[in-house]
Amino acid sequence: MKITLTINGREYTRDIAENRTLLRFIREDLGLTGTKEGCGAGECGACTVIVNGKTMNSCLMLAAECSGAVIETIEGESESGELSKMQQAFHKHHAVQCGFCTPGMIMSVKALVKKNPKPTVHQIQEAIEGNFCRCTGYTQIIEAVQAGTDQRDEQEELRRV
Amino acid sequence: MFENVPDNGLKYVGKGVDRIDTVEKLTGKALYTCDWLVPGMLFGKIKTSPHARARIIKIDTSKAEKLPGVHAVITGNELDYRMGLYLVDKHILAKGVVRHFGEAVAAVSAESWEVAHHAIGLIDVEYEVLEAVLDPVEALKEDAPLVHPDLGKYDHVREAFTPVPGTNIANRMKYRKGDLEQGFREADFIIERRYTNPSVQHVPMETHVSIGQWSVGDKISIITSAQSPFTVRNLFAHSFKIPHENIRIQIPYVGGGFGGKAGIHLEPLACCLSRKSGGRPVKLQATREEEFSLLPCRSGLVYNIKTGVKKSGKIVAQQMTMYWDAGAYADYAVNVTRASGYSAAGPYEIPNAWVDALTIYTNKPFGTAYRGFGHVEFSWGIERHMDLIAKTIGMDSLKFRLLNAMKPGSTTLTGEVISENTGNVTRCMEAVAESINYGQLTGAEKAREKKTGRKIGKSVVALHKAPAMPSFTGTSVILRMNENGSVSATFSLTEIGAGTYTSVAQIIAETLKFPIEKVHVPIEIDTNHDPYDWQTVASKGLLLTGNAAILAAIDLIRKAYEIAGQVLRASQCDLDHDGEKVFLKHHPAKFVPFSKLAVGYAYPGGNGIGGPLIGVGRYCAQGLSNLDKETGQGNPALDWTYGAHGLIVEVDPKTGAYTIIKVASAFDVGRAINPAAVRGQAIGGMIQGLGTAMFEGYYYDRAGRLLNPSFTDNKIPTSLDIPEEVDAIVVETPQIDGPFGARGVGEHSMIAICGALGNAIEKAVGANLTHMPIRPQDIWKALQTGAKPDSPGISGDVVNFAEAPLCSTRRDSGKHKKR
Ligand code: FES
Ligand code: FES
Repeated sequence: MKITLTINGREYTRDIAENRTLLRFIREDLGLTGTKEGCGAGECGACTVIVNGKTMNSCLMLAAECSGAVIETIEGESESGELSKMQQAFHKHHAVQCGFCTPGMIMSVKALVKKNPKPTVHQIQEAIEGNFCRCTGYTQIIEAVQAGTDQRDEQEELRRV
Repeated sequence: MFENVPDNGLKYVGKGVDRIDTVEKLTGKALYTCDWLVPGMLFGKIKTSPHARARIIKIDTSKAEKLPGVHAVITGNELDYRMGLYLVDKHILAKGVVRHFGEAVAAVSAESWEVAHHAIGLIDVEYEVLEAVLDPVEALKEDAPLVHPDLGKYDHVREAFTPVPGTNIANRMKYRKGDLEQGFREADFIIERRYTNPSVQHVPMETHVSIGQWSVGDKISIITSAQSPFTVRNLFAHSFKIPHENIRIQIPYVGGGFGGKAGIHLEPLACCLSRKSGGRPVKLQATREEEFSLLPCRSGLVYNIKTGVKKSGKIVAQQMTMYWDAGAYADYAVNVTRASGYSAAGPYEIPNAWVDALTIYTNKPFGTAYRGFGHVEFSWGIERHMDLIAKTIGMDSLKFRLLNAMKPGSTTLTGEVISENTGNVTRCMEAVAESINYGQLTGAEKAREKKTGRKIGKSVVALHKAPAMPSFTGTSVILRMNENGSVSATFSLTEIGAGTYTSVAQIIAETLKFPIEKVHVPIEIDTNHDPYDWQTVASKGLLLTGNAAILAAIDLIRKAYEIAGQVLRASQCDLDHDGEKVFLKHHPAKFVPFSKLAVGYAYPGGNGIGGPLIGVGRYCAQGLSNLDKETGQGNPALDWTYGAHGLIVEVDPKTGAYTIIKVASAFDVGRAINPAAVRGQAIGGMIQGLGTAMFEGYYYDRAGRLLNPSFTDNKIPTSLDIPEEVDAIVVETPQIDGPFGARGVGEHSMIAICGALGNAIEKAVGANLTHMPIRPQDIWKALQTGAKPDSPGISGDVVNFAEAPLCSTRRDSGKHKKR
């Protein structure tokens, strides 16, 4: 079937199989591989994208459902050639280790901040609860989100005794 | 090297500089193996076993072969290769029998993932189900079914490992220090208890994935999510009898490893599928479910600890028996058994000790390396046991730990003498104790107890670990100067997330005296171009590669000076340099820029000298030796990283529900090369360790089928599971042979935290726990049935030490006998 949708401000029209997931469509048909697959079952959040302003696990959506939708993925974050403010905060605060959860994490945070420009720690935790990160232990991610929302300046220190 | 340079003499080392790999990761531009497409690529899929142990009667692939779009279908019958890291016991596809639930039985390649998936469903396998052996202790019984009846015929690394043919014992390790019998005779108390932990999955967010191509002339090309490119190459070469130089391994960005990607996994099968598909590349990616059962996990463990202690609190004897549940294949488990054996006392001095550690085959998914390499597992029991002993003799458990802690002059289980430079575990314990206000409740905590009706408990535990690696482990770094005077470094550690690449860049910048922006380290590895490293494991990367990087930098500068000396007509002893140029010390105005030396210097008349500048650094672990097979004595430890955790927990005494209020962790890292990255490793490992401590683990049914191979039933920590407060601390006792004094800390943050949780819970509500993970229902159950906090399970039975039975199991008597 034929669908037309907008991803990161660009319109795409494609012929797709009805059972094609949005995740496979984005990654394999459009080559936007920034969005990752961690489980394919709606559990891990690695595949998070923003569909019509809401975060979605793209592994659970069919591309066919998305005709007419406006979708944002990680590739849209730094199209100007510069890291976005939130990406910069992640960079400065060591909120990225292996990086596999990072694109989905950034999408969840983006949707949060749009609704709630000054989230509390607990609100940040709730917003990224569905995004598993096996590397960081989340703390530096939460600190980065605080920094990216002007609620923290300095890198939290390792204490040397 | 350079361990004594003070912090204020350093520009990059010791600073929390930005990681060199995050911009690509943050923008989605970093390409992981799962993102790669290769021209002509086919998609592979694996048929797995639904049984724990069964004979394969027949496999019918005819329907799958006829499906349009299928290129190849293979079964174990046509593959005659065995793989294995230390003990060569595993076929690429099961041959004749399946030995665990989830084992690969057949595979297909097809034009799309969907077709491959469909084809797998068309393969019919007829099995005769056999009795499975699932419990490692049961597996030692005389009449237990043998997982590997041909064990005696398998090739293995003889210097290090001892399989016992005719049994399920894949490896048997013995450690003997002092006089155990005498030690127990001197003891005022003898305290014994048994501890258990299940298998656990690593859960890298990127599942295992490989693209393999087997071309004409046995040219092999592999792109893979592995931790150790040269180990993949070496094992592939051995198993297929293909020359190393024919095999190319490329490793792009890797989405987490934690040990699970350390060996060789999907690569051989992807290549075999390619060979049968006319040489077209085949991509094989594990589903999350396959990640739990087809790919390896962490071994389960059952262990007895029996300790003799004086009234004064001094430990005088300890006997430990460890039954490692390796699952169906030995993989790393034999080496986990070896490495955890020589550390098994924890960071405490035990004058008289026996450790017997067995790697035992069972019909379950097999165990491999996992962050901590055995230490997470045994530290649970050791740290629970330390608290049990302290309570029994009526001593504060921190005081008891400090009294028995390793100090300069102490000897390890293998006879290595600890020195001032080894590190300071006492300081780590003191630091975390202070951070959590150990030994008392603050006013706020008392108020909190009152308000919630819950009880607060605090604990301090300690840990240590040395890398488990061959005694002669080597690595190399090549540093090439680019035309503009910047440098590019290549080495073959993989950046699996730990941040080592950034630390090595800092070390190079510091040694060269170059701005860090001029040090470029590409993340992707290619064995065709990059120099050798053994593996990215064991927290050894920073120390070994860091040293090689220093040597490469020194070599590069020396070569630059050779040419600069001629150009400036000066001896090299009169030269100095900065980030831009080489100059005369006493005449700084006379200089030659690096950019003019980089690819060969040209005199004004056109004559050239020098050629491209390349620095080479090689480093090999020093002074290590194999262990004696009868006593375990020798020197296996490159370095010991010590650490401690302090934990505060709040428990509901009625339901067992609990909240972790705070964790403070301290590690003696020698020198924190990048404090922000060290903090990331400390907290990341802490939370991964809490996952193991709180809820992760495999469940099987009676037939050996894994019941929870998914995130729904095998949860990992989310952002809502983290402690309310964390404190990451470092102690810095320089490692003399570490780069700028540093030692590794990648794994340590995960070790012993399970014990910290168990001990704090016991202090809070008195639950007597011997099994991890600790779920609220386990606490509740322990509170209903278990011993009260002041009557722990203690066995004072006298055993015949000379004939200490290895295979029989001793039960807690629940009695408490003073001798
Ligand atoms: S891949 Fe979609 S939630 Fe895991
Ligand atoms: S950084 Fe590795 S999973 Fe989050």
